[in-house]
Amino acid sequence: MEIKKSEWGGETMTAIVTVLFFGVAYGMILYLISVGLSVTMGLMGFVNLAHGVFAMLGGYAAVTLMNQTGMSLFAALPLACLAVTVVGFVLERTLYSRLYGRSELDQVLFSMGLILISMALVRLIWGPMAQPVQLPDYLKGQSLVGGIELPTYRFVLVAFGAAVIVALWVIFERTLFGARIRAAVDNRGMAQAIGIDTGRLFAVTFGLGTGLAALGGALGADVLAIAPNYPLHYIVYFMVVVAVGGLGSIRGPFIAALSIGLADTACKYLLPEMGSVFIFAFVFALLLWRPNGITGKR
Amino acid sequence: MTDRSTAAILLLPPDGVSGTRKALSMSLWLAALAIPTLVPGYTPLANQMVVMILFALSLDLLVGFTGIVTLGHAALFGTGAYTAGILALRLTNDPLITALCGMAAAALVGLVTGSCMLRTKGLAFLVLSLAAAFMLHELANMASSVTGGDDGLQGVSFSPLLGVFEFDFRGHTAFYYSLACLFAAFLLVRRVVNSPFGWSLRGIRENDGRMRAIGCPIYARRLAAYVMSSALAGLAGALQAQTTQFVALNSLSLELSGDVLIMLILGGSGRLYGAFVGVPLFMFAQDLLAKEDPANWYLGQGLILMVMTLFVPGGVLGLVERLRRNLGRGGRR
Repeated sequence: MEIKKSEWGGETMTAIVTVLFFGVAYGMILYLISVGLSVTMGLMGFVNLAHGVFAMLGGYAAVTLMNQTGMSLFAALPLACLAVTVVGFVLERTLYSRLYGRSELDQVLFSMGLILISMALVRLIWGPMAQPVQLPDYLKGQSLVGGIELPTYRFVLVAFGAAVIVALWVIFERTLFGARIRAAVDNRGMAQAIGIDTGRLFAVTFGLGTGLAALGGALGADVLAIAPNYPLHYIVYFMVVVAVGGLGSIRGPFIAALSIGLADTACKYLLPEMGSVFIFAFVFALLLWRPNGITGKR
Repeated sequence: MTDRSTAAILLLPPDGVSGTRKALSMSLWLAALAIPTLVPGYTPLANQMVVMILFALSLDLLVGFTGIVTLGHAALFGTGAYTAGILALRLTNDPLITALCGMAAAALVGLVTGSCMLRTKGLAFLVLSLAAAFMLHELANMASSVTGGDDGLQGVSFSPLLGVFEFDFRGHTAFYYSLACLFAAFLLVRRVVNSPFGWSLRGIRENDGRMRAIGCPIYARRLAAYVMSSALAGLAGALQAQTTQFVALNSLSLELSGDVLIMLILGGSGRLYGAFVGVPLFMFAQDLLAKEDPANWYLGQGLILMVMTLFVPGGVLGLVERLRRNLGRGGRR
C-alpha cells in the first residue's frame, strides 16, 4: 500500500487518516461480500465455504465487461451483479438445496468442490494471471483531502458501498420480505406454519446474497485482486467476518467487517513484518469468548 | 480419558474381522514390502504415498470416527516437519529422536489449540481451525531465520537409521522406515477405534447430547482423540522431512489440509482403510491430470468432491460395501 506523507498534517495525522480511510474501504468490501453468507447460513444452516466464488465471478464479469466492451463502471456493476445472482439462484435450486439437512462434513466437502471447480473454470477461461482493472480517467489518480492524497476510486467505492448498505438495511428492517427473512432465521418451523414459503425464500435470499458478493467482488477488484485463487486466498477473511459477526444477522457482520478491515490495515501499516498474525490471534480469542459471534447468543 | 478406557485400549483385541478381509489386508501389507524390489523406480513415489496415508489416517480418527471436521490439519503435519527439520539442522540429526520430537511437538500444539478450539462446535470450530493453521503458516513465514521462510528448509540430512541403514538415493531405507511407522500407527489406531474408547468416539460423532446424558466426558474424549491425531499427523510430517530432506512452507498450508481431506473422503472416512485406498487414487489422478494444466487437476478434485457428496457418500470403500450387499454375497452387517 502506497501512502503519501504531506508536510501539512504531520505524520501521525496522516497515518491515522490514511489507515481509517483504507480500513473503512476494505471493511466495506468485506461486508458486501460476507453479509449474504451470514444471512443464508443463518437461514439454512448450510456451511457454505464457496461464497467467495460469487465475489470472484462478479469481479471477472465486471472487469471483462469493462475491458472488452468498453462499458463504464456503473453500467458493468449492475450487469455483473445480475448475472451472478442468476448463477447463484440456479446453483441453489439445482445443487445446494440437495444438501440441506446433510452433515456438516458433506456441506464442507461440497462447497470445497465448488471452489475447486470454479478455480479451474476461471483459470481455463481467463488464464492464471490476475485481471487488471481499467478504471475510467476521472476515477484514476489521487484526490487531495485536507492535504492528504488518497486514491479517488476508493472514495467512490466507500460512497457506493454505503448507499448499498443503507438500502440493504431498509429492505431487511422495513419491508415484508425482510420481516419474512428475520422470521425464518428466528424460527423456521414457525415461519412455515404461518404460510411463508421458506424454500422460495431461501432461493431468493441466496440469489440476493450472491449478487451482493458479486457487487463486493467487482467494486473491490483493486482491493482484493481478481485471480483464480481468489475463493481460497480470501476464504479466511469471509469466514471470519461471518463467524465473528454472528449468523443470520446483518449488523453483526458490519461491525466485524469494519473492525477487521481497520485492524488489518493498521497492522499492515504499523507492523508490516508481522502480517495478519495479530488479527487472527484476536479473532481466535474472540471466538473462544463468544463462539456464536458478537451478536449471537452466548 | 479419565476412566479405564486407556487401559482397555491396550488390552482389548480388535473385533472379529472376517477371514477374507484379514487375508486381503495381510496380502496388501506384504505386497507393499515388495515395492522396492519389483518397481525400484517408483520407491520415492511409494514413500510419498505411505507418508500421506499416515497423515490421512490421523485425520480419519478425527473426521471419520469422532466427527470433528477440521480445515487446519496441515498445521500439525507442518509442526512435525519443521520440528524434525530444525532439530536436524541445529541439534541432532538422529531420525528416531527427531521423529519422536516431531510427534511430541505436534501433540503439544494439538493439546494447546485443541483445548481451546474443542470448546466450540460447527462454524466457530471450522473458522478457529482455519485461523490456527493460518497463524502458524504466517509465523513460519515470518521466522525465516529459523524456518527458511518462503524457501523452506533445504539440505536437511539425517544420520543413518539406528546407526546402520543410510538414507540412500534409491530411497529404500526411507520407504521401509516410513512403512514401518505407518504399520505401527495403523495397529495403534485399529486398537484405539475398536476399544470402548473408540466406540465412545463414534457415539460422540452420532449424538453427543445422548453421550453426555449417559455420562461420557465428551470434551475430554474429543480432546484425547485430537491430541492422538495430532501426534500421528506430526509423525507423518517428520517422516516427510526425513525422507525428502526438505521442508516447504506448503506443509502448513490450507491447500494441504484440503488435499488430505479429499484423499480421506475419496477412500471413505471412518473405515480405517479409507486412507489406504484414497491416497493412491488421489495421487494417480493428480499425476494423470496435473501434467497438462493445473486447472485440469482442480477440476478433477472439484468433481471428485461433488460426485462423492452427492452420489457416493462413504467414498470408494463405501461403494464397494454397498455393491457387495446388493449382490447379496453377505458383506458384514
